Formats: sequence, C-alpha cells, structure tokens
Amino acid sequence: MISRRSFCKKSLLIAGGLAIPLSCLELFDPKRLLAEKDQKGPRWVFLVDTRKCVGCGFCVKGCKVENEVPYDANVTRTWVERYVVTSDGKTHIDSPKGARDGFPNKGIDIGHGKLEEIKDDDIDKAFFVPKLCNQCDNPPCVQVCPVGATYQTADGVVLVDRSWCIGCGYCIMGCPYGVRFFHPVFHVAEKCNFCYHRITKGMQTACVDSCAFGARRVGNLRDPEDPVTKIIMTERVNVLKEEYGTKPQVFYLGLSKEVK
Amino acid sequence: MKSHVWRPLFVVLVIIALVLVARKFLVPADFGIGARGYMYGWHRAGNEQQWKDMKVKYKTAAFCKDCHPDKYDEMKESPHRNINCENCHGPALNHPDDPKSLTIDRSRELCARCHTRLPYPNSGRGVMKGIDPKTHNVGLDCVTCHWPHDPRKEGHKK
Repeated sequence: MISRRSFCKKSLLIAGGLAIPLSCLELFDPKRLLAEKDQKGPRWVFLVDTRKCVGCGFCVKGCKVENEVPYDANVTRTWVERYVVTSDGKTHIDSPKGARDGFPNKGIDIGHGKLEEIKDDDIDKAFFVPKLCNQCDNPPCVQVCPVGATYQTADGVVLVDRSWCIGCGYCIMGCPYGVRFFHPVFHVAEKCNFCYHRITKGMQTACVDSCAFGARRVGNLRDPEDPVTKIIMTERVNVLKEEYGTKPQVFYLGLSKEVK
Repeated sequence: MKSHVWRPLFVVLVIIALVLVARKFLVPADFGIGARGYMYGWHRAGNEQQWKDMKVKYKTAAFCKDCHPDKYDEMKESPHRNINCENCHGPALNHPDDPKSLTIDRSRELCARCHTRLPYPNSGRGVMKGIDPKTHNVGLDCVTCHWPHDPRKEGHKK
C-alpha cells in the first residue's frame, strides 16, 4: 500500500521531471553556435537619395535590359516619378514610360499623349523619386500567393518562381506599392528582385551601376561596416507607406510629404 | 457494419490515395519550407539557384578597363566620370566575342536625358547644364560638337 508520504514525494518528483524540457539537458557545442552565427548571411536593403536624382532614367533602361523586361511594353520593375509642386498648392506627378527615356518634356504627362504645361515661375519645388520593390520584411504579396510561387529568401529578397506561378494576380493586387506586374512574355507575376543574379555574385544591381549620380545604393543591413547600413542607422531616412505595416526595406533620403 | 457504410469509405480512401500519389509526382522534391518559415518561405528551393544563374549583361566599367584603358583613363578625368561606359555603349553581354562591336547610342535623346533644361529649384537637375532640344542645333547629333567622353573637348570631326 502506498503511503501518503511516498505518494507526495513521487508526485513532486514526476511534476518536477516533467517541468524540465529536453533542451535543458542538451550540452552547448560552441562550434555549432559559431557556425549558426556565421550562417546568417546578408540582408539586402536599398538606399535611395532623392536629392541626388535628376530623372535621367538610365536606371530604368539598365533594369529593363538586364532583366529582360520587354523594352517597349509599358511595364517596368523600377521607375522614376517626377513631382512638381506649383504655387497654387497642386502637386503634378508623372512618369512617362516609367521614365525609361528620362523626362524629355518639360510638360507633365497627363496621359493620352497630352502634356500639361507649367510656367517656370509657378514651380515652388520639383524633384524625382525612384521607385522599386521594397523587399518588405512582412511582404503581403508573399502571404497572398495561393501556390507558393512567390517567396522570400534568407537574405530578404522576394522572388517569383516562374515555373510555379499560375498567374492569378493576387500578389499584383496585394502589393501596396504597385511594383508587381504581369510579364508580357512569360505570363507570370514579375517584380524587382534587386538583380538577384548580380548581388549574389558581389556585384551591384543594374540600376545602381547605371546611376551616374549616386542616387541609388544597395547594401547589406547585417554588416555594420557597410556604408549603406551606416547611413540607414545614423541619418534621417524614411520609408514609403509605413502605415501598411509591411516593414519596407528600401530607405529614402530627402523624402517629401507629396510622395505617395 | 454494413457495406453501404464501407463502400463510400473505400471510395474516399481511394481518392485520398490518388491525390497523395499524384502529389508525389507533380510536386517537385525540393518544395518545402524555406528559411523564412511557412508564411514567407513556402517555395521550390531550386528556384533560388535559377535566379542566381541568370546572365549578367551589364559588366560595368571595370570590365571595359582591361582592353580599353585609354578610354577608361580619359573618362576618369572627365566631368562625365560617373557615367558607366555601358550607359551609352550598351550592355557588354559576351563582348568582344558576341557581339563583336557594341551598338553605341549617339542619339540626341540620350544626351537629353540629363541635359534637357528643366527649371527645377532645389533639385540637382536645376543646376545641370541644360539646353532646349527643340531649339538647340536641331538635326545635329550632340557628338558633332561635344566629345562625350570629355565634354570639355571638341566633338567628332566628320
């Protein structure tokens, strides 16, 4: 017969034993821990200095050629927007052909081949804003994909599997930045991937290489010595549409409130 | 139990078995949860390599330098020093094997990307040397008078 004393003792022993997780009994292997730390690899981020951009559009041309986006189709992975704020408080925004040929006209492209002319004296401020995929830390386009065709790699880049995409278009609707589009040739979702084939070889993206003004830079946020990381950590950078909670990883210097 | 219970149960089991077999053949072996977990990383792992294997077309000035050091050095002293060779000369691709010579864009439109005068205060564009392409020597290529590698020098002589 079990006594009250031994019952209490054994109950406490079993309860105590259950409370110890198996991982507590595992011994630390310093080598393994070090290897895991080193495996972290890069986290690619982008830095756009809108104060340096002059709207030449070489980045758009370079991107389209490098990434085989049909040159004359009106779709592009990256584009440049022009903002002209006039003294009557209006903001005029355009991006003819995504600024593939720069901004050849002084007038604002209002569609259907029409230009809205603005007098020089009416301009309060004007600037150019390059746009590209934000490679969000919380990418809505990945969450909505029903087949696992779009995904985020360990280094933070969101890619599209062309052989797996069914072309449903959820991701194109889901992206709050409008960076996704249908590829006119492959008929699948297409987007900027920070020139994944270039950055993984230690090169810069095509748009960074073609920018003569240093307005675009790509960097590794996990490297504290990276000049881009240093700027992001120490200067006043901003992101687009922070309120959506997407945690965008393209950082902007000199962003103005007119930029959407 | 009676057969009217077993029969539909068998049908369901056969359907499930068929789906599992079909999935085995249709879903690639490397399909699974990647580094970013189920929500962000559910994908075919082999696709990452496919993107990495894409061809690099723009090889940057560092590549041009090896065979054209004279042009490279001239550019480095020029006000145009920050412009990459391939911006005007086109992507290197497999040059010099294929193509043997690159298609050089000498058009007015190329120069006009930066040098069309846009009167924007507080913008880098506003202080750049600019012209109105509609009135400035219409019909002539910019390179007739301006040497693109170093615009301080005179252009191509016919």
